[in-house]
Amino acid sequence: MPDTINRLSRVTKFDKSVISKIGNTPLIKIKNITKDIPKEVEVYVKAEWYNAGGSVKARPALRMIQEGIKTGKLGKGKTLIDSTSGNTGVAYALLGRVLGFPVNLVIPSNVCQERKGIMASSYNAHLIMSDPLESSDGAIKLAQEIYDKDPDKYFMPDQYNNPHNWMAHRDTTSKEIWEQTKGKITHFIAGIGTSGTLMGNTRGLKSFNPEIKCCAVEPAEALHGIEGLKHMDSSIVPGIYDPTVFDEKLSVKTETAYDMVLRIEQEEGLRVGTSSGAALVGAMRLAEKIDKGIIVTIFPDSCQECDVAHGDFHL
Amino acid sequence: MAIKVKIPTPLQKLTGDKSEIEATGATLKDILDNMEEQYPGMKERLYSEDGKLRRFINIYVNEEDIRFLSSDKTAVKDGDVISIIPAIAGGL
Repeated sequence: MPDTINRLSRVTKFDKSVISKIGNTPLIKIKNITKDIPKEVEVYVKAEWYNAGGSVKARPALRMIQEGIKTGKLGKGKTLIDSTSGNTGVAYALLGRVLGFPVNLVIPSNVCQERKGIMASSYNAHLIMSDPLESSDGAIKLAQEIYDKDPDKYFMPDQYNNPHNWMAHRDTTSKEIWEQTKGKITHFIAGIGTSGTLMGNTRGLKSFNPEIKCCAVEPAEALHGIEGLKHMDSSIVPGIYDPTVFDEKLSVKTETAYDMVLRIEQEEGLRVGTSSGAALVGAMRLAEKIDKGIIVTIFPDSCQECDVAHGDFHL
Repeated sequence: MAIKVKIPTPLQKLTGDKSEIEATGATLKDILDNMEEQYPGMKERLYSEDGKLRRFINIYVNEEDIRFLSSDKTAVKDGDVISIIPAIAGGL
């Protein structure tokens, strides 16, 4: 890993064509974990780590940046600043390197070393650490404080409150899912962090067919370990979150999500992050309740760059 | 002896919004037991049903991860600072 970081950090100019590698990700059928559900129920996952930047967050990051450039808010001399727990930061850092603007990221200091390495060493982003005890909410507050002190210096996409976050999914992800399932999708389910993935896909899919049932997955408890997801009742609620848009919310315990991550690796051959485990737990709960249908969920990232031990090395 | 314990935001409902508390004990387990006496409900959030610390809870004694020490048998002394840090949340 250190070799990769050093090699990439010597690259000075990135080709803009990398932007064309955001979107149009594969839809993969889950074949083994689903063996006990009715044959006429199919579960598919959108493999979002195929996006440039390695996660689902490349889509909203690109859209918010394009909008910033279009409106002049991200003009010459401006620095992008935002809070992130990892994936959005990697996407911002990549896009800053490609499009030529500096990127400052406020992240909780307990974000994994590998992600920090990609953001800082590979893509030259400046990292500002927030209190790990306050998790992502601490990063949100610190980013806002820094921005407020010098608003002319910064462009802050503010992924938690920027409607272009969810619009990116309405205009790209949901269309891809509709086309990839040939309009046969009956259920959609996704985790909620900023809620952009859920809000955008729900609005998009329901515009194609209002009968599609759309569900949210959230951590069962305030104290949880499902990276990327927020427990809404105990967190700063994102401005773009609207609980009236979707149909149902399912709660998943951290340990259940971790166990599913291991099953996904062992039975499907996919190494994914904990939020993907939670998403598939939710999808399987839906699958067990219906006799026929096509369920689609989002796998936000892979685990290739961030090898999570899932606490297995507790003494 | 009193040891300082830093509390993550999601557990501060139990501590009356305090981000730092004091607890007594000779090992980390003693400290956690004492925290449970002071703030009931703490242990059920930190331990799984099989009595082990939950996998996603990171506990540090003076910034040293207890996984690399002696887990909850780690000895603590006056002046030590314990931090309880869950995996991060955010994104999506």
